[in-house]
Amino acid sequence: MIRLVGVLVVIVGLGLRLNPLLVVIVAGFSSGLAGGMGPYEILEAIGTAFVTNRYMSLFILTLPVIGLLERHGLREQAELFIMKLKGATAGRIMLLYMVFRQATSAVGLQLGGHPTFIRPIISPMAEGAVAKGRTLPQAVLDEIRGMAAAAENYGNFFGQLIFIAAGGLLLIKGVMEQAGYSVDLLSMALYAVPTALAALALATVRYTMFDRRMKNLSLESEEENR
Amino acid sequence: MKITLDHMYVVTGLLLMVFALRSFLDKNNAKRVGTAVFWALYGVTFLFGKIIPDGIIGGMVVLMAVIASCKGLGSGFYGEASKEEKTREAKKFGNRLFLPTLIIPVVTFLVAKFTSLGALVGLGLGSIAGLIAVVLLTGNGIGTAVNEGRRLIDAIGWAVILSQFLAALGFLFDKAGVGGVIAQMVSSVVPTGSALATVIAYCVGMALFTMIMGNAFAAFAVITTGIGIPLVIVMHGANPAIAGVIGMLSGYCGTLMTPMAANFNVVPAALLEMEDKNGVIKAQIATAVPMLCVNIALMYFLAF
Repeated sequence: MIRLVGVLVVIVGLGLRLNPLLVVIVAGFSSGLAGGMGPYEILEAIGTAFVTNRYMSLFILTLPVIGLLERHGLREQAELFIMKLKGATAGRIMLLYMVFRQATSAVGLQLGGHPTFIRPIISPMAEGAVAKGRTLPQAVLDEIRGMAAAAENYGNFFGQLIFIAAGGLLLIKGVMEQAGYSVDLLSMALYAVPTALAALALATVRYTMFDRRMKNLSLESEEENR
Repeated sequence: MKITLDHMYVVTGLLLMVFALRSFLDKNNAKRVGTAVFWALYGVTFLFGKIIPDGIIGGMVVLMAVIASCKGLGSGFYGEASKEEKTREAKKFGNRLFLPTLIIPVVTFLVAKFTSLGALVGLGLGSIAGLIAVVLLTGNGIGTAVNEGRRLIDAIGWAVILSQFLAALGFLFDKAGVGGVIAQMVSSVVPTGSALATVIAYCVGMALFTMIMGNAFAAFAVITTGIGIPLVIVMHGANPAIAGVIGMLSGYCGTLMTPMAANFNVVPAALLEMEDKNGVIKAQIATAVPMLCVNIALMYFLAF
């Protein structure tokens, strides 16, 4: 039971809204010590994992490209582009992106995600579709951006296991085979399809409701302006 | 010479070093020293991560956490373009502005598909190709691009390293045997006679442990060996392939609901400059909870 002290530190620390980096360090040290490791051994474990997981932060390389494009009006162009399209709503743009993301990850393509699509293109387009040239308050912007970031996650998570060489499927195969069960990648990929379809249906409902909310919201503010 | 991931790490490290230098020289950043030291330490882990002893890297990582939690990072002056300028530029360049951003995923795809270099090297090469394209398109120098990159990374702040941090925590949890204890606790309270109860325990266990670890892959081995295999597969005879896939997908429902999955939930909130750092998670809960129920139903009806 004492081994769970690290989990407790994480839950309490994040609950108290302490800096997550600090919470993680304290949690790491406490579970390491509880597991019988020495302080230097814990530092070594942190260092090893930090270095082997550098790939998680390679998106830093895309920042100069996106930043310079933003200087030359990338966001503004994304908004203009959407305002010219009839019938383009924020929810439809996000849903379309989710379908694109599900389809690409189902054939094994990992194309980047939040830094390459959501920040520069999808979110500005959705914001433009809601704003129609007006300025939106930060709370509304936050809501649109949260929904846009979610489209990337839904598409990625509920599409990737359809790809028969997906890392997730290989891991399942490995764990099952270690326990003495032989499992077939193709049939596993097939059984990922029902969840993918359910996610798509649910997202369609949610993005449609989101559009309705955004539409009512804009009516309200127009009335206030009168 | 074959291009490897290590080359991409060197390029990232050099970029971070330039961010550090520019932050240090930025008199408008009230916290220029803390910001510079933070990016420099991070740069060193990219440049020399494999050479410096792991314990020293661990110490540097702790130092970065201390700088961040003492609010040692700030933002500076980037000579940002005004809204009017940006609108004028957008009119001038039109949809050509999308080209460099699209070059990044296209090159990533081509490299991943037609070479043996892998998707991550592809992302790095795509970024370099995108950089060349944007410099040619706009006529700005690389220096301006790097400065705009610094504007973005300062907006994200310490959250940039959170994903790597959490990976280190997961590694420590694993070494301390946290997973086994949790699997044991869950299986001791579940009514094992009911197939549905064991399915719920497996799926909810995957979601909860993924929320703790921030990673469904890390949760999978632990919860599947602790709950899935003994209770769902051995005791009630579920099909291992079907139970395994839907178990993993239940874990992904947990990923949608936790700040521990930083690279999916916290980093995007920072990248999109959202005020509410949990805004992405809040948007996702109303999808994740019903999806977990769907997965429980699917496993119950398909796997037996």
